[in-house]
Amino acid sequence: MAKQNKIHEPPFHIVKRPAIVWWKALLIRTVAIIAALGVSSVVLYALTKKSPLEAMRLVYEASFGAYKKDLGTGFFTQMFTGRKFWAMLQELCMLLVIALAVTPAFKMKYWNLGAQGQVLFGGLCSVAVMFYLNSGYWATHKWLVTVLMLIAAVLGGVLWAVIPALFKARWNTNESLFTLMMNYIAIQLVSCMINVWVPSGSQVMGVVNQNSKIGWMPAMAFPDAWNMSPSAKNYFFNIVIVLLLTGVMFVYLRYSKHGYELSVVGESVNTANYIGINVKKVIIRTLVFSGLLCGISGFLLVSGTDHSITTGLDRGYGFTAIIVAWLAKFNPLMMVLTSFLIVFLGKGASDIAMNMGFNESVGDIITGIIIFFIIGCEFFINYRIVKTHREG
Amino acid sequence: MSTPVIALKNITKTFGQIVANKNINLSVEAGEIVALLGENGSGKTTLMNMISGIYFPDEGQIFINGEEVVIKSPKDAFKYGIGMIHQHFKLVELFSAAENVALGLKEKGKYDIKEVSARVREITEKYGFDIDPDKKIYEMSVSEKQTVEIIKVLYRGANILILDEPTAVLTPQETQKLFAVLRKMKEDGKSIIIITHKLHEVLSISDNVVVLRKGEYIGTVKTADTNESQLTEMMVGKKIDLNIERSEPENSIDRLVVKGVDVINRDGVKVLDDISFTARSGEILGIAGIAGSGQKELLEAIAGLQKLDGGEIMYMNPATGTAEDLRNKTPMQIRDLGVRLSFVPEDRLGMGLVGNMDIIDNMMLRSYKKGKSVFVERKGPRALADKVIEDLEVVTPGPTTPVRRLSGGNVQKVLVGREIAAAPTVLMAAYPVRGLDINSSYAIYNLLNEQKKNGVAVIFVGEDLDVLIELCDRILVLCAGRITGLIDGRTADKSEIGLLMTKHTGGNE
Repeated sequence: MAKQNKIHEPPFHIVKRPAIVWWKALLIRTVAIIAALGVSSVVLYALTKKSPLEAMRLVYEASFGAYKKDLGTGFFTQMFTGRKFWAMLQELCMLLVIALAVTPAFKMKYWNLGAQGQVLFGGLCSVAVMFYLNSGYWATHKWLVTVLMLIAAVLGGVLWAVIPALFKARWNTNESLFTLMMNYIAIQLVSCMINVWVPSGSQVMGVVNQNSKIGWMPAMAFPDAWNMSPSAKNYFFNIVIVLLLTGVMFVYLRYSKHGYELSVVGESVNTANYIGINVKKVIIRTLVFSGLLCGISGFLLVSGTDHSITTGLDRGYGFTAIIVAWLAKFNPLMMVLTSFLIVFLGKGASDIAMNMGFNESVGDIITGIIIFFIIGCEFFINYRIVKTHREG
Repeated sequence: MSTPVIALKNITKTFGQIVANKNINLSVEAGEIVALLGENGSGKTTLMNMISGIYFPDEGQIFINGEEVVIKSPKDAFKYGIGMIHQHFKLVELFSAAENVALGLKEKGKYDIKEVSARVREITEKYGFDIDPDKKIYEMSVSEKQTVEIIKVLYRGANILILDEPTAVLTPQETQKLFAVLRKMKEDGKSIIIITHKLHEVLSISDNVVVLRKGEYIGTVKTADTNESQLTEMMVGKKIDLNIERSEPENSIDRLVVKGVDVINRDGVKVLDDISFTARSGEILGIAGIAGSGQKELLEAIAGLQKLDGGEIMYMNPATGTAEDLRNKTPMQIRDLGVRLSFVPEDRLGMGLVGNMDIIDNMMLRSYKKGKSVFVERKGPRALADKVIEDLEVVTPGPTTPVRRLSGGNVQKVLVGREIAAAPTVLMAAYPVRGLDINSSYAIYNLLNEQKKNGVAVIFVGEDLDVLIELCDRILVLCAGRITGLIDGRTADKSEIGLLMTKHTGGNE
């Protein structure tokens, strides 16, 4: 066996883990986040020559408001009443609700890439109601307008989601391409309607019903003594509605017959047929539900947030939501965490860019580094690397 | 003793916490046939994959002609003259045999398919293969395709041939042919390793037998000095009775009458042609045939999953005493009548079970629709899961383990257990023991026998003729979608069934 040292073999190889204990998975994730922060600090330092701690502080402040060294009384009060915190919650919820909307379809392995279009079209229907019904009878029945806006948004979202679903069920068309193309139709429709509604040709629709606030989501009447920021009041109901929907979706997926059926369809169409599930019906029903939630997202963005519409109403969340849902493995409760992560990083990154005089790209680089580490660490949760050792 | 052509010393390979191979030793000399024997999951294929460069061993050494080598890729294996014939063929359907052989060859000079053809002919004549090099793969039978695979490795100058369960897809006659060829190769000085779990084949073809059990090396015995029961004992670890019981059918009455059933598939091929038979209560009706002779379509037709293009299927309802036509019923209605399909396609989990769901949720597939509530009820399925786990001795960490994590035999028990729990009147089982170890197989046979005693009409589609003959009361033989025979299981003869399986009765082929 003198030849042994001449023999080349791989120094290590990859082995799949059977199952991992929860604390190990947690440890791996923590290490990944620390490593991500480390690498992004180095990048930031190389670019700005400022202390990475300074940058970290900016990231924190983007979501939670001014950081004070004194952790005594008033620290949390200030955070919970502050604008930044509520603005962050609001964004988190908008991302979360769209992620909820795509989840049932994805769980069914129906690759719905059309959340953007569904949200936009729902929002468009909603804004149309708000735009046309703003005088006379409607001025005295503001709540009715809001309800009509919700109904219009839901119908719009459902319509946009159900068209590709019908084609999929009837002719087995490719849903990814179909839903993707529906997005462009929705974008063009929004541009077109803005042109119709804004005769000046400025292509920008201002805030609708600025003074009368007809069709606006009501603000929460916090006691004055609490000294809540206006953001807290304006976004409160948005946030509550989304958190309720999160609970509903969790129960729907885990405990309802519908949720069970759509999981079976997603896992195996053969099995579904064999036990007598009407697969076409399930596809259409699930997409109606998906579209309904997208419609609600559109409504919340129009009525509770923007009070107007642009082609960017969905803030790109139609696609980011897919990452959120996957990262949470389609568990609605986990999605609260993953949407927080994405929003927190996004806000931090753009604040860094602004404060240090860079454009948004620096922010994107940092977000990219962090997401890379978070997704990359899943590899180490599923596999481990073993050094090759031999017995002579 | 001469130097072995290939020798393995203390080979170990782990996947996660599972030890697939542990300290395996094996050696083959020139002109020797070694059988690698073991149940499914005992690590036979893993071991061979390490020789052919698909996996890399964690520990241990491989020697070729006495020199230690490292085989990192199939290319390396090829360099040392190792050729593996896999269970699943890797051929281009639209190419001819010779073209498939020529694929991937890196010889200098002009590509000359005629020369390849000529050399293929040389090889076929030398070893007595029966094949036309210019025939296209899609026109070939399974055994011809296998021949092409073997020629492919011989053409490349392989000295060590590894065959992974080569007889699984062959009829008894084709198996004899293959063995004749293997013996010729042996005379020519080739070394052959054949993976199998069929004992009589081991005894008829090999010189030495290497037995593995649960990844461990049990031992090597000379074929001449051993017998079936000793090999079984080595393989399973304990003595087991290899006889399947068969009771006389009691109070048999017609349960399912199939008359003149035709099914034409999407390509316009008649996959079932004028099928007529009767399944009786309290008996096991076996269905024999080469894979793809229409077994799947027949069972699906009965279960209502396959549209009929002719004929009728009548069900004699024991509850009402009337005959009901199954053609007009949905799969759900047919199931509710008590006609149960415990179908096991190539992919065990493909139909009937959902791999990523746990045992409870899989039990629920049957019952979740009951009741008006919008929510599912998991209490009943949980109780059923516990009962099946206990009654059928399913090895699982618990009822909340995803079915995909269970071993093949246990998956099978879950499926059959659920179907039986519904007290069926007709139970159809297709390849229910495929890939199972001996113990699990016998557990399944016992379950089927129990159902037979309860007066169920059992339809059993099997591939092992020995088992069919021992277990079934009557055996229906299918060939290319036609019935070529109906034989009494008690007097049946294996070669007779083998002939019927390949007998094309006046059809278009």
